[in-house]
Amino acid sequence: MNPTKERRVFLHSAMALISSLLLPSTVFSRWDANAYNKIDITDSIFSIGVTNPGDLIEANDAIDISLPEIAENGAIVPITVHSKILDTKRIFVFAEKNPQPLVSDYIISKGVEPFVASRIKMSETAFVHVIVLANGTFYRAARQVKVTIGGCGEE
Amino acid sequence: MDKTVRFRVRLKDNVADVKIMIFHPMETGYRRDKNSKEIIPQHFIHTVNIAHNGEQIMQVHWSRSVSKNPYLNFRVLSASEGDEVTIAWNDNMGQSGVGKAIIS
Repeated sequence: MNPTKERRVFLHSAMALISSLLLPSTVFSRWDANAYNKIDITDSIFSIGVTNPGDLIEANDAIDISLPEIAENGAIVPITVHSKILDTKRIFVFAEKNPQPLVSDYIISKGVEPFVASRIKMSETAFVHVIVLANGTFYRAARQVKVTIGGCGEE
Repeated sequence: MDKTVRFRVRLKDNVADVKIMIFHPMETGYRRDKNSKEIIPQHFIHTVNIAHNGEQIMQVHWSRSVSKNPYLNFRVLSASEGDEVTIAWNDNMGQSGVGKAIIS
């Protein structure tokens, strides 16, 4: 190997190493039945890796949640979440009074915006909590939705 | 390609706004059949994997609390015309489905 090529190879691998250190990797994982079967909101929040509720940082300003104030049909409640927290890796949605509060978990890489919209079911009037995991820290925002007709036993 | 996934993609300033709908009952296990009065068993999508040009960019985990025929909207960064967005879903009964859209 000539010196120039050797140097090039060295620089290349050094750069690959540096970029792998700089880019926080996204960890995709298996669906965890245990977390989705919890029936209490606090247990449910613990099940995603929050060890102490006091560690949750309230972030109503940094997590934009769009939800109706009143949902006439609990079977279809539109929700949009936009996290303004840098390095957002996961967005969890909980419906506090549902039989199992954990509704969804969006694991995102650098290849997508920290944004998701979907439609959820709500059994009754309750707070919807959104927890964002960013830089190893959990942030929370919550909004109340008044549900006229519950959406778990109905169509 | 199965017909379980419907796409709507809009590209603007290298960001692809992707809307998908998956045809699926998303049964909670709390509903009763109107005629037989039997409980309809849980049947729901728990995982959706999303890739951009073959590279996984997002993973979705859902519960039974996601509405019937789930709708999902997300935004792919660094997107260009001709890029491919694919999704693959799996449910609790071992069923699965895939969908593909070319960004235009």
